[in-house]
Amino acid sequence: MADDTRPPRRPGIRGGVATALAHDSAHKHVTGEAVYIDDMPELPGTLMAYILLSDRAHARVRRLDVGPAWSAPGIHAAMTAADVPGEVDIGPVFPGDPVLAGELVEYAGQAVAVVAAETLEQARAAAGLIDVEYEDLPAILTIDQAMEAHSFVSPPLTMRIGDSAKALAAAPHRLSGEFRMGGQDHFYLEGQIAYAWPGEDGDMAVYSSTQHPSEVQHLVAKVLDRPDHAVTVEVRRMGGGFGGKETQPALLACLSALLADKTGRPVKLRLDRDDDMILTGKRHGFRVRYDVGFDSDGRLGGLEMELAGRCGMSPDLSNAIVDRAMFHADNGYFLGDATIVGHRCKTNTVSDTAFRGFGGPQGMLAIEYVIDEIARTLGRDPLQVRKFNLYGKKTRNTTHYHQKITDNILPDLIPALERSSGYAERRRRVDAFNAENDLVKKGLALTPVKFGISFTATHLNQAGALVHVYQDGSVQLNHGGTEMGQGVYTKVAQIVAEEFQIDVDRVRITATTTGKVPNTSPTAASSGTDLNGQAAKAAARAIRDRMAKMFADHFRLNRHEVVFEANAVRGGGHEMSFRQLAKLAYMNRVSLSSTGFYKTPKIAWDRDAGRGRPFYYFAYGAAVSEVMVDTLTGEHRLTQGDILHDCGDSINPAIDLGQIEGGFVQGYGWLTSEELWWDDRGHLRTHAPSTYKIPTAGDIPTSFRVTLAHGHPNRENVIHRSKAVGEPPLMLAISAFLALKDAVAATTGHKASPRLDAPATPERVLMAIEEVRRQR
Amino acid sequence: MTGGIRFVMGGEVVTVAHGDPIETVLQWLRATGRVGTKEGCAEGDCGACTVVIGEADGDAIRYRAVNACIQFLPTLDGKQLITVEDLKGPDGALHPAQRAMVDCHASQCGFCTPGFVMSLFALYRSSELPDRAGLCDTLAGNLCRCTGYQPILEAAERMYDGGRADRFAAAEPKTAALLRSIRRGGTLSVEGAGTRFFAPRDLAALARLAAEYPDAWLLAGGTDIGLWVTKQHRRPKTVIYLGEVAELKRVAEADGVLEIGAGAPYTEVLPMVAGHYPGFGRLIHRLGSVQIRNAGTLGGNVANGSPIGDGMPALIAFGAEIVLQKGGSTRALALEDFYLGYRETALAPGEFVRAVRLDLPRPGARYATWKVSKRFDQDISAVAAGFALDLDGGRVAGFRAAYGGMAAIPKRATHLEQALTGQPWTLEAVTAALPALDRDFQLLTDMRASGAYRARIARNLVLRFYLQSTGQAGAEGVAAHG
Repeated sequence: MADDTRPPRRPGIRGGVATALAHDSAHKHVTGEAVYIDDMPELPGTLMAYILLSDRAHARVRRLDVGPAWSAPGIHAAMTAADVPGEVDIGPVFPGDPVLAGELVEYAGQAVAVVAAETLEQARAAAGLIDVEYEDLPAILTIDQAMEAHSFVSPPLTMRIGDSAKALAAAPHRLSGEFRMGGQDHFYLEGQIAYAWPGEDGDMAVYSSTQHPSEVQHLVAKVLDRPDHAVTVEVRRMGGGFGGKETQPALLACLSALLADKTGRPVKLRLDRDDDMILTGKRHGFRVRYDVGFDSDGRLGGLEMELAGRCGMSPDLSNAIVDRAMFHADNGYFLGDATIVGHRCKTNTVSDTAFRGFGGPQGMLAIEYVIDEIARTLGRDPLQVRKFNLYGKKTRNTTHYHQKITDNILPDLIPALERSSGYAERRRRVDAFNAENDLVKKGLALTPVKFGISFTATHLNQAGALVHVYQDGSVQLNHGGTEMGQGVYTKVAQIVAEEFQIDVDRVRITATTTGKVPNTSPTAASSGTDLNGQAAKAAARAIRDRMAKMFADHFRLNRHEVVFEANAVRGGGHEMSFRQLAKLAYMNRVSLSSTGFYKTPKIAWDRDAGRGRPFYYFAYGAAVSEVMVDTLTGEHRLTQGDILHDCGDSINPAIDLGQIEGGFVQGYGWLTSEELWWDDRGHLRTHAPSTYKIPTAGDIPTSFRVTLAHGHPNRENVIHRSKAVGEPPLMLAISAFLALKDAVAATTGHKASPRLDAPATPERVLMAIEEVRRQR
Repeated sequence: MTGGIRFVMGGEVVTVAHGDPIETVLQWLRATGRVGTKEGCAEGDCGACTVVIGEADGDAIRYRAVNACIQFLPTLDGKQLITVEDLKGPDGALHPAQRAMVDCHASQCGFCTPGFVMSLFALYRSSELPDRAGLCDTLAGNLCRCTGYQPILEAAERMYDGGRADRFAAAEPKTAALLRSIRRGGTLSVEGAGTRFFAPRDLAALARLAAEYPDAWLLAGGTDIGLWVTKQHRRPKTVIYLGEVAELKRVAEADGVLEIGAGAPYTEVLPMVAGHYPGFGRLIHRLGSVQIRNAGTLGGNVANGSPIGDGMPALIAFGAEIVLQKGGSTRALALEDFYLGYRETALAPGEFVRAVRLDLPRPGARYATWKVSKRFDQDISAVAAGFALDLDGGRVAGFRAAYGGMAAIPKRATHLEQALTGQPWTLEAVTAALPALDRDFQLLTDMRASGAYRARIARNLVLRFYLQSTGQAGAEGVAAHG
């Protein structure tokens, strides 16, 4: 079968596709030479900005007077919403996110005013002098309160297939229940930062730690009331993003640009960790309610599920996030007759936002929890019930949004992982241990992952790239993807090296900037390599074709005789290095620069009808987790983790492995130790690493075996038949959560089923143990 | 900063003559262009700012990793400062710690990486390859959000592949000579930005300064005071640094008493405490990361009076005394009597904590201390407890229990103690006594735990103590990784 996207493997180049090349910045990371925005040398005259945050969750602003701030030493500017020359609202999709609060504050931590001064200390002191008077309004802080008050940021949505009510009525067994899961702070190690440089003709250059430079550009232009062409946004690398730098950086970029515009001086705005955690959005917490029917094998027959996500004070991306939770309320299972309802609760808390998985993890945890409950009701091993319910390869393969699953490999992955992890034997050993031990209980769970790849906002599935070949044969590469540690720069460089058949060192990766590739999509939805890799490949292919034609013309050959191989080109007995070829092309007046463009084919989604093909393909994986629980305190440990994950044909196995391990541990943190805690005034009280606990090295399993699934190339024509890997592995950690639930159930000899909310902190685990003991 | 401080960096003596004495090492590094060291939290919890401090020990150098974000610059006086920029050789060759991180694909976004590299470097220079638990302990103060740590742990092992020789080892005699050349005889005194900073070198000088400046901040490791500056933005008029007072750094055992100088970092205290009270040793491991233990002191933990300090429940239960000095006179107090109210202690103006005294274990007595927190390492406890038990023929002859995280001060559970004293040491009797705890504490709900959970684990830790004394399997819990 002809496969245009897969060049034949040839020896002879360094760092081509499928090699475990180190991250392009690895040397710079370990030497401290990698430059993050706060590391850039500051221009003379640079001012530091500080934001005054609201200390009320919901209040009318009766008086806001920045006048007193002007008495502070070093102050150069103090601004409120009234001073914004352009539009105040910087909501990314829907309105609702004022760059500075006007007459109303809607969460504790909202930006109210901003100050620029000679030093950060001066700016902070000046902001502290601003006179603000609030009139408190009733605040809605929880999902329950919002549901009761019908407080939503956008209307509910229903996805439906078949007749769930009828199926439920006919089901041999029926179960209903509720549980909750918390949100998650991104805790990127590099906090949010922007550095704005005013230029001539009203131009503004902004260095922003952002996953979405084009949106930052657009919003900066909007608040300044300038055309987009006046604003250039650049980012070389972020110190982590995880979705937290998709929409959130715009606020900082806009404020620094407003201050830079006002003062005519460069302005840097860097958030302290506490302010960052208080001011910026997080993963959505959810309340899940379900009513499920099933037969005596645990096969689903009728499901009604309500997913209520806490969105905070504005829509931000919540529409799409709750949609994705709904899309993933099947995970890998054929739901049959199902009705999934999604609510977008408006609360007086920070507007929740994109976070690795984008709602998918919440929907997936919901169905995995339901399956676990079914199994416990029937007294079966949950893995059996999972396997009964998996989507079929040819039948039983239509989702609740009416997309047919045609690439399902879970029926292959799960048995393979069962074997490699010794699941059956370990289940026996865990049961035997539990029979003999009262104080400590073990738990075990295997869960799959099926994650839909594509932005469900179809228009975002496009990308651009710009490739230059210079006369010495060196190549400069630029594309719309942003580097946040995930290795997209490295992978796309490998793709370009492969296309030209040159060593990857000959490809220079350059910072993402709106000045080179315009109208880019965010680096999000795991799509960075899929989209930008294709665009870069298209650009490189265009130049290569011109070079091949020139070489053929030069030696009077048929173009098909020209072969690029091992840093050289040959044909008809002629051969020259790539460097010589570039020079020759230049002398023959051949253009050695090209843009490239890509849009994902085949996808379409009709949200109103709840039908379509929102996803080009699915990425799969499965994990087994084993835990130990102390029944006196609820403290627990993850003792073993086994993962088999699908990257299609990996472009870089080392980078993909890193995404899988890191995603799993991040998911483990979400579900076990990372607890966002608001007090009754709506103040987030876990806003620093002293109180918000992400996993440390000692929290990962002592035995942690992660394998890439081989022999499953992407069935769609994705770049080099690879698969996206950014988000899917996070959800492998659901196995750890359900292993904890298993251990809690073991305290009753699996005679009762615990309700366990996430995160499963020692407290929640102990309280679940107490509850389940009462049930028995 | 009048007076000026001197330290060794990059093989040379650096003098900082002007500036703010409460500027942190991190702020100074970044302002002077050494931007490889990062700020992740500015409170000593994430480790992105980890640097290594070298101190002369004869002709050798002892290295310790610390958090630059909460270390004030004058505390470097007379020491060597090593940052990530120093590690690469002049020929561009990576240090083994760096090489291994690259080879193991152990960086992704790279922002935490310099901190990890410095923690690994300190380990590499200080010890042979520890076991897995030791590695996790070494890295507990460095947060990474990208990798999931697995490749970093691999790198930690791999960096030892070529042995432990590096150019830092080779340069030690030269470095030690440089450090000797800047050794200070008397008190360091610097001033700037409205703050005076003193670093006396002996007890007499400290006593004089403390009397002269009764409002001074007494700075030991700075693991709490650092945050008063970086988070609360407070500015003291006077800081007196205890870290150079030789007498305060002593940890000595004599006449059945362990005397722990108030200026001795946990790292120095740990081996001797662990030798006598293994459970307390394990607790100190969990009390803070390596960086925190390298700076923080038990004296500071005690003097600070925080209700959630991890060390006090054990110390109170084990009957520790606190030695206070004012001018030339000293007094000793039972530690439990030192705490008067929330962050309020019996310390008089001009008085300072000189030492903590702890009797060695009584033969036959049983001791235990535990903390419960959301995360095993480097977390603040929801509840910490310490117990000491003397049995006489199967009956409780003496029982002391103290808790942290349960009240405004670290406090004894006297009702519980009374309920158990004289009772048989049996599950029935212990269980029957537990409700007495409700009279000892009125529990609060906060971001660390609910009152109900605190009440439950306060009881269950007593049960754990009992079950452990009977040798019940699993009574140590699951939380121990080393």
